[in-house]
Amino acid sequence: MPSRYIANTPDEQKRMLGTIGAGSIEDLLVKIPPKARLPRPLGLTPALAETDLIRHMTALAGKNANAESHVSFLGGGSYDHYIPSPINHMILRGEFFTAYTPYQPEASQGTLRTIYEYQTMIAELTGMDVANASIYDGASSLAEAALMAHSVTDRREIVLSRAVHPLYKRVTATYCEGPGLRLRDVAAPEGVTDLAAASQLVNAKTAALVVQTPNFYGCLEDVAAAAEIAHAAGALLIVVADPVNLGVLEGPGKLGADIVVGEGQGLGVPVGFGGPNLGVFAAKNELVRRMPGRLVGATVDRDGKRGFVLTLQTREQHIRRAKATSNICTNVALCALMATIYLATLGRRGLVQVGELSTAKAHYAAERLTKVPGVSLRFAAPFFKEFALKLPKAPDRVIPRLAKQGFLAGVLLKTFDRALADSLLVAVTEKRTKAEIDAFAAALEKAVA
Amino acid sequence: MADPYDKLIFELSSPGRVAWSLPEADVPEADTKKLLPAKFLRNDAPDLPEVSEFDVVRHYSRLSRMNYGVDTHFYPLGSCTMKYNPKLHEDMARLAGFAKVHPLSPEASAQGALQLMHELARDLAEIAGMDAVSLQPAAGAQGELAGVLMIRAYHQSRGEKRTKVLVPDSAHGTNPASTAIAGYEVVEVKSLPNGEVDVDALARTLDTDVAAFMITVPNTLGMFEPRIVEVTELCHAKGVQIYMDGANLNAILGITRPGDLGFDVCHFNLHKTFTTPHGGGGPGAGPVGVKAHLEPFLPVPVVTKDGDEYALDWKRPRSIGKLQAFWGNFGMLVRAYTYIRTMGPDGLRAVSDNAILNANYIMKRLEADYDVAVPGPCMHECVLSARRQKKLGVTATDIAKRLLDLGFYAPSTYFPLIVEEALMIEPTETEAKETLDAFCDAMIQIAREAETNAAPIHEAPVTTAVRRLDQTKAAREPNLKWTRRS
Repeated sequence: MPSRYIANTPDEQKRMLGTIGAGSIEDLLVKIPPKARLPRPLGLTPALAETDLIRHMTALAGKNANAESHVSFLGGGSYDHYIPSPINHMILRGEFFTAYTPYQPEASQGTLRTIYEYQTMIAELTGMDVANASIYDGASSLAEAALMAHSVTDRREIVLSRAVHPLYKRVTATYCEGPGLRLRDVAAPEGVTDLAAASQLVNAKTAALVVQTPNFYGCLEDVAAAAEIAHAAGALLIVVADPVNLGVLEGPGKLGADIVVGEGQGLGVPVGFGGPNLGVFAAKNELVRRMPGRLVGATVDRDGKRGFVLTLQTREQHIRRAKATSNICTNVALCALMATIYLATLGRRGLVQVGELSTAKAHYAAERLTKVPGVSLRFAAPFFKEFALKLPKAPDRVIPRLAKQGFLAGVLLKTFDRALADSLLVAVTEKRTKAEIDAFAAALEKAVA
Repeated sequence: MADPYDKLIFELSSPGRVAWSLPEADVPEADTKKLLPAKFLRNDAPDLPEVSEFDVVRHYSRLSRMNYGVDTHFYPLGSCTMKYNPKLHEDMARLAGFAKVHPLSPEASAQGALQLMHELARDLAEIAGMDAVSLQPAAGAQGELAGVLMIRAYHQSRGEKRTKVLVPDSAHGTNPASTAIAGYEVVEVKSLPNGEVDVDALARTLDTDVAAFMITVPNTLGMFEPRIVEVTELCHAKGVQIYMDGANLNAILGITRPGDLGFDVCHFNLHKTFTTPHGGGGPGAGPVGVKAHLEPFLPVPVVTKDGDEYALDWKRPRSIGKLQAFWGNFGMLVRAYTYIRTMGPDGLRAVSDNAILNANYIMKRLEADYDVAVPGPCMHECVLSARRQKKLGVTATDIAKRLLDLGFYAPSTYFPLIVEEALMIEPTETEAKETLDAFCDAMIQIAREAETNAAPIHEAPVTTAVRRLDQTKAAREPNLKWTRRS
């Protein structure tokens, strides 16, 4: 059966082979040694027609609980925020969607301009001087920041708070394996980084201190105090922050961060079972030539007209090869475009509104849920839109019960820390209603009774 | 005629306009200042634009028109496999049961997503002749990093301290960059003038210090390595692991398999061979396949199947760890899965056959007017040199810019580095003969112009949103964000 994704007809193939001077396509494969050839067809499922395939895919999708079938209180680095409709329509324009990396700038001004807008918005939110065009996700952004801190300071230890997302730490450890950097943990027994312990660990060997705010448990960290500790030892401060919160929360750059990284998924990107995401990466001006990833700059064309190009490319792999600041090539440009359109849509007041509504609803939820007998907040520290809830019954037994009643109750903390086996991480975004929270509390009450 | 539009979103801002719609607070206490200590809060709202929804739509629609995409233009960009991105994939990726599934959902509530991942990994393993596949890497370069780290862990598990990785001078830049991050010394190996591995020189270079040899098949000149099996055997005889950069996999689907050629590791660029859109530079996906001896080192978690139940297996003590926070660029995996199911085994074979046919057709039609880097037949792409045109003052860059005016995106230029004034052309199987003919006619026209009247070449481009840009100014006076004064 002919494929709808291949244009050549048998007659056209014949004419093309005639031009080439070959008898068959097989004649074009002469350089492949016969013993290297696959002597059979690939062992794959036979082709499906579009209608049959849609049926199959819909059935697979139907097996997954999602933010439409359930009321979701899941967070832990991926959040169910409002996604304004124009984002999807705009990114699906083929000129954006099917374009390559803007290496021919004259034919890529659309992409280049949106990245320049993105860099501007991210720098503004994070309170930093300069943002790059994106890294894969929040975790790989943190890993790149750790390598960058090592290259800037020529020091070999990275001190991470235990309240940094444990999966981010795992990714950072993977990236630090090659250069042999040592990761050191700072405890966070009360849900926030023990800064006294941090100041003991941060010293002349420390390339960077890493804190996250709000941290993995949803609690707010004292970034300014962390900056003082890092800078007193000549180390950099890396802050992991979620930009969707930065309409309300102070930009970490204003509090002393040298590098701000984070997961930008909340800026208009669907949760999508964890990817693609949006790795945000911003830094101080003096670090720009050590930054990983692509940067877009403004310039002029031959006629003096404003235009945009990829710039400072001598940092990058396709120029500098083994001496590049990073191996990153393909990033997540389209997710950065989603974030750009999101931030253009929400604008100055809308992003504040998202942050305020999330805060209000999360605090209402915390108050309401802790009225359930035996349920309490795991930590006393101020939190933003997410909090750890201590349950009187094992959370891994409570979660499936609530799923059956239409609630995705939260993240099982036991997976990440045995000491928190009694706790559930609950996230509340601006999309949750009071009625949903009340119903969730009622269901939780039954589930833990 | 170029669109004179020259706005940034910030320049459309008018205080008080809104493009969003959010509900009023429905909970008793909505004052953030009462809920959170002041020291955590911003003093002023962030300086973001204030525009209407229609402002947003028209602005980004107009910006999009300053781009060439595959949907609008032929994109003969070598090594990038700019094929058609089927629209069905977008519908499937947006099903709520895929797009709106949270990564930390209970496994029992995400069985369909896990099944899709398990089956895709199995299919990719079959396509490449590998024993196991991790879908986690976010892009080709991350797949490379994962692959090299697995090789490193493998050698360490055997108590071997190997310190070097060999990379040909014709390699993609990510190969040496990824290898360096993985902690290895990169040793560049000179290729033969025709781009093939110098097997004798390789034999002399291989020793007990070499951890791996990393090559691209077909190579970056679009040629199949005729002695590839000899190369992999030679490496294995010295305990050297051999890595295949899968950027050019579109040439060999159902024809030959990296695993059967002797490769220990290879990565897949789902945004190339498997049609996920390039999106202006990503997101992509770079799954990595390995032979059984490297399986214990795969990134965690691995999707497993037990009876009819799918799960994420974290108990893998020898794993290299994690590459991104969650399980991979799942949205891209849905698209690639849909593609493989659409094409089936015969369809995928036809993909490579037609990709090869199209590349050879272009090479044949242009061989009189441009120097061919290596005589054919080629695989899925061909490399030309503009050295003849350069003598007339016309460079590969000039040719690329002139093509933009003639309605085509440009081939890759100046890559591979071993070919002077390289023009690397990859048409893909999704293009029709008349498009290839129109492109070849344009290339021939440019060759004639170079000989007779090069002015339109040197002026080019004149039909795009901007003309040639001042790269030096951009790098010397970095202007990386908009400010009110600029």
